[in-house]
Amino acid sequence: MRAGTWGFASVVVVVLLVGVNAGRAESPGATALGAGAAGGTSAEVDTGSTAWMLMSSALVFLMVPGLALFYGGMVRAKNALNMLMCCFVSVGVIGLQWVIVGYCLAFSGVSALTTAGGWSFLGWDPSLLFLKAFGAADYGRFVASGDTTGAVATKVPELAFVMFQGKFAIITPALIVGALAERIRFGPFVLFMLLWSTLVYDPVAHWVWNTNGWLFRYGVLDFAGGTVVHLLSGVSALALCLILGPRKGYRKEPMSPHSVLLTIVGAGLLWFGWFGFNAGSAIAVPASELPVCGRVAALAFTNTQIAAAAAATAWMVVEWMVTGRPTVLGFASGMVAGLVVITPCAGHVVPWHSMIIGGLGGVACFYGCRIKNLVKSFDDSLDTFGVHGVGGALGALLVGIFAFQPVSGGGAQFLKQLVGIVCAGAYAFAGTLLIGWAIHKVIGLRVSEEVEDDGLDIRVHGERAYQLT
Amino acid sequence: MRLIIAYIQPEKLNDVKDELFKAEVYKVSVIPNALGCGQQKGYTETYRGQITEINLRMKVRLEIAVNDNFVKATVDAIIRGARTGKIGDGKIFILPLEECIRIRTGETGGSAIG
Repeated sequence: MRAGTWGFASVVVVVLLVGVNAGRAESPGATALGAGAAGGTSAEVDTGSTAWMLMSSALVFLMVPGLALFYGGMVRAKNALNMLMCCFVSVGVIGLQWVIVGYCLAFSGVSALTTAGGWSFLGWDPSLLFLKAFGAADYGRFVASGDTTGAVATKVPELAFVMFQGKFAIITPALIVGALAERIRFGPFVLFMLLWSTLVYDPVAHWVWNTNGWLFRYGVLDFAGGTVVHLLSGVSALALCLILGPRKGYRKEPMSPHSVLLTIVGAGLLWFGWFGFNAGSAIAVPASELPVCGRVAALAFTNTQIAAAAAATAWMVVEWMVTGRPTVLGFASGMVAGLVVITPCAGHVVPWHSMIIGGLGGVACFYGCRIKNLVKSFDDSLDTFGVHGVGGALGALLVGIFAFQPVSGGGAQFLKQLVGIVCAGAYAFAGTLLIGWAIHKVIGLRVSEEVEDDGLDIRVHGERAYQLT
Repeated sequence: MRLIIAYIQPEKLNDVKDELFKAEVYKVSVIPNALGCGQQKGYTETYRGQITEINLRMKVRLEIAVNDNFVKATVDAIIRGARTGKIGDGKIFILPLEECIRIRTGETGGSAIG
């Protein structure tokens, strides 16, 4: 169990390193842009917004089982359990990493790496390690959101924000699993997930969503994570495909989904959870739009619904015309494609535009899934790049055109969005290549041929998903 | 003693079973998830643009051990139940059976077949 030992050892090392630093934390001090604002008595709390943020966090959590089913149904039965486990393990491992160090790196008001102009590249506020700042006195402090005109106390407890953002951190590495299906070693994968989340996800989340972050200050719009979540996972999946290579028998043996039934149920759960993903991101509204649970949240909810409907229908229609049959897998994929493409746009566009955005996303991702056919050995098994990479990039660009608030879309904003996706994408690609290659060289990321033949469920986990006899 | 092996269409299983019971052949074993190909053509499944040709179709395999005097009745019953006149109805194989033993009592031969 060498790989398992490495995975475990890595967790222990991370915890020790950070714990040593946390022990030196100063007491939670002054507030800063992007960090907690003082206050937090129950009398001041915005109850509606807090309730919505807590509910949204639970909704985004539900996206992990949704994603697990969505992916699990698409692999062969002998690997179904492993696919679900690779998604679920994030809930445990990243769930811990986030509160230990991830939130500190991403959302500290204090910067570790900043330019003269106040552009931050990484957060570092030791009081946030292990969430120590949220002690007996301060656990109710409010989160400050807003734009570069100034941080605004939202009257929502920051802990709710920590939890909300944590669910995003949890689901993003699980998305990458789509490209690693049916051939990834579990222990090294957990190690990869930890390193990737700390070194790739947390910095990029800081750049785009922290009010000090350099892409945020540059003016890149990303309402709920088109760049931070979807483009990042899509591009990282691409990088890992290059390292891992295709599955044995790819393009020669049949590798059909073993249960499209599970896949569409998973897609349904994803859509339900995505309402929290998008509408909950209204936590980051500027002062003029408060309260959090107000018109921006309603707008984001509406755009989510419309875009997913448009994309699912568009995919179904295109597939019907191109192949002659409307498939269940296609409809489910269209749903997800629409949800992905509207993610960066949800609070920034008017409802009828989301119909266009969703429709474009459905068609783009339909063809995006066929990109991999151009290169024989590119086995993006579950189309993480084809749907999340393509959809995330498209959505990030479209918000540059269609945005009406806080700035108007147009040529200038489009260029800013382009800069955003190129920088985040390049960083993610390079970072993933480096981390993946290093792990692959030292302990190996891919299972042996016999294990791949027998199936990961029985060889890695010693379990079978289905005991039908 | 003979062993009769028959490959039939899955949807004709109930009809074949009814006909066998009418012919007083009650002891049948059924293997439900057999695959087979013959003159029947395959079909295609499509998953996100990946087209898979399925040319092994689902069949049901029956195995019936009978005494010589029951062979004709059994074969006729199977054919009555399984025939639709379309390609894919299936095939029947008759093999000589060397020995048959009832596990519970240890009987052998024709009385073990019952």
